[in-house]
Amino acid sequence: MSSASGSRYDEMLHEDGSVRPAYVDFRSWYDGQDTAWLRRQDAAAERFFRRIGITFNVYGDDAGEERLIPFDMIPRIITAREWRKLTRGIEQRVRAINAFLQDLYHRQEIVKAGRLPVHFLRENQAFLPQMIGFTPPGGVYTHIVGIDLVRTGPDEFLVLEDNARTPSGVSYMLENRETMMAMFPELFTKIPVRPVSDYPRRLARSLRACAPACAGPRPSVAVLTPGIYNSAYFEHAFLADQMGAELVEGSDLRVSGGRVQMRTTEGYKPVDVIYRRVDDNYLDPLSFNPDSVLGVAGIMDVYRAGGVTIANAPGTGIADDKAIYSFMPDIVEFYTGEKPLLQNVPTWRCSEPEALRYVLDNLSELVVKEVHGSGGYGMLIGPASSRKELARFEAKLRAKPENYIAQPTLALSSVPIFTREGLAPRHVDLRPFVLVSPDGIDITPGGLTRVALKKGSLVVNSSQGGGTKDSWVLDE
Amino acid sequence: MLGRAANGVYWMARYLERAENIARLIDVGFHLALTRGSRASQEEEWRSVLTTTGQEAAFLARHQELSGPLVFNFLLRDRENLGSVLQMVEAARTNARVVRTSITNEVWEAINETWMVLCDLMACPVGETSLGEVLSTIRRQAALVRGAMEGSMLRNEVFNFARIGTFIERADNTARILDVKYYVLLPSVAWVGSSLDNVQWDTLLRSVAGNRAYSWLNAGAMDPRDIAQFLILDSRFPRSLAFCFEKLRSNMAGLAKQYGGEAHAHQLLRDAGSRLNELTIEQIFEGGLHEFLQDYIGRTYRIGEAISADYRFVN
Repeated sequence: MSSASGSRYDEMLHEDGSVRPAYVDFRSWYDGQDTAWLRRQDAAAERFFRRIGITFNVYGDDAGEERLIPFDMIPRIITAREWRKLTRGIEQRVRAINAFLQDLYHRQEIVKAGRLPVHFLRENQAFLPQMIGFTPPGGVYTHIVGIDLVRTGPDEFLVLEDNARTPSGVSYMLENRETMMAMFPELFTKIPVRPVSDYPRRLARSLRACAPACAGPRPSVAVLTPGIYNSAYFEHAFLADQMGAELVEGSDLRVSGGRVQMRTTEGYKPVDVIYRRVDDNYLDPLSFNPDSVLGVAGIMDVYRAGGVTIANAPGTGIADDKAIYSFMPDIVEFYTGEKPLLQNVPTWRCSEPEALRYVLDNLSELVVKEVHGSGGYGMLIGPASSRKELARFEAKLRAKPENYIAQPTLALSSVPIFTREGLAPRHVDLRPFVLVSPDGIDITPGGLTRVALKKGSLVVNSSQGGGTKDSWVLDE
Repeated sequence: MLGRAANGVYWMARYLERAENIARLIDVGFHLALTRGSRASQEEEWRSVLTTTGQEAAFLARHQELSGPLVFNFLLRDRENLGSVLQMVEAARTNARVVRTSITNEVWEAINETWMVLCDLMACPVGETSLGEVLSTIRRQAALVRGAMEGSMLRNEVFNFARIGTFIERADNTARILDVKYYVLLPSVAWVGSSLDNVQWDTLLRSVAGNRAYSWLNAGAMDPRDIAQFLILDSRFPRSLAFCFEKLRSNMAGLAKQYGGEAHAHQLLRDAGSRLNELTIEQIFEGGLHEFLQDYIGRTYRIGEAISADYRFVN
């Protein structure tokens, strides 16, 4: 396969095989280590993760089984200069996303200005009429955002996807670092890596800053989880624990006296801020899916009356929808008045006849995604697909073109992983985590690097056999 | 603290205690079976293990014959037996996951490790040669979890609920073991001194890990009254009813202090506790040991129910 792996950018090595500045210190350390010892450490890492119970549950065949996301112990390293540049772009984009949401649920200036066709809202289930005319406490819609970035060259970072609903994976960012520090403490004395460990504290502070007006001086925060069978339960518990927040399920909460209250051993007590890890659709059986048992009946009424903060706000999904994604460069420009600092991956909206024609003609070279899909399910990677698979997908595309977008197969950058034969390059992406509060935008230096462990593979999703790495941002 | 979390911590502790108790009972059954010649009396021993754990009917529904390996595999690792050690440990771990934010990392890791170790160890049917190792691993892991709780948890409501779970379960367990074997203790002149008696009494003490302590206190003399006195009223012995009720009292007092008041369960506990303090072993035998034990099994159950209601364990 091709063009994709042929001209890829290797983040560790120059084309002549010499080591790039970001990796010089790491490589000199690595080359001095005994390979057998490294192998033993590698095996120890897995035991460590199992013991602390960082697992995720898989949907589908082995439903209910707990699996480990493979961890690769070679760090992904980003220089201070690269990070500075990235954060400016991320901050601009996240600011635009919040302004966009505020606008969509109020005056819809962007539609009036003709920059976004109105049918992209009307036909979109992620757009919630319940949010129209309502401004969340502090004016913040997306308290937590994960921006998925891919790299194609020394200075080319592109946004692959915005995650404005309930981005997950931050616990891996934190535990991967913990694991690295436990396994290779001397590395951190030699190389100045910016810490990530205060993320939970920053998250707690950021959430409290968005508490509703009725909250006291120390607003109470709760993490709302669908429960232990959810694939990200470990993370929910982990974050609640680290923040000193309650970990609640829908059955612990009820609405009374205009507040959302949790059932404690001493009776019901009000919750001010709910960091919810359940989807919009399950949040309130009275407003959304009536069969939901994961949410709280009446929470939307309390929310709209200013009795509770929900993070992220319901209805933010409209901003990370894959069809809306293709408008992001316009959206950034419209709300910030600046040229976007971070580029999108070029995207064809198959709903447009001309684009569809192009996509069908070039299917074997493109990546096609479902507009509302996630987790790497239901996508086609043209160059890696058989003729039969292409034909099958073509039929799906023709039947429902508006369901799909297409992007070129990118020459994703690669980072080395540890294998029995030594270091070997594999494709990666990066998800930095961004916190938004009335006090500003806060980006933790690092993020979650996902890596495709199979040689040549471009799919980094954990549900599709991807792994994770510790991500280092070097100090100045 | 969330009511659901209190419920989780309470049951986590109960399941762990129960898993350990089942392991002890199997150990004793196995030990006895080895010292018994005839197949019939071996069978009788295993049947009594099943009765004590309350699983005789469930076992007979699955198996036609009654043999050691069938019984201990059923009690240790049968997936369909909700009362098996493996299921208990899994239930304890599930509860620990539910309340992860209430327990310390050390406690969670100890429970998670216990689950992993025991799943591995019991992945295949357990044979007579490996049984000893399995049982000692269960006891060792239970001690590890207890140690982690003791050494790392804040002494607050969470700890209180965990301890209450432990001692409700233990009181129930000790009362049941005694009840199943109470006929051994009936002071029957004809029985005293027979070797069968000595073995049976020893078994009874072993199944609550009290044989050494009892021998030490009584210079090795086996006397039914002393044994009953020891297991019911001796508050120095950590598996006696008196000890369990004293622990329940102090942990419930902890809750009352933190919550600024007592609940219905406190009253029930006080009644049960003071009765236990006042009764002598002679009075217990006069009223009937079986009746006394049944009364206490009922009281323990009602206290557990009252705690669950008073502290809003469920919706």
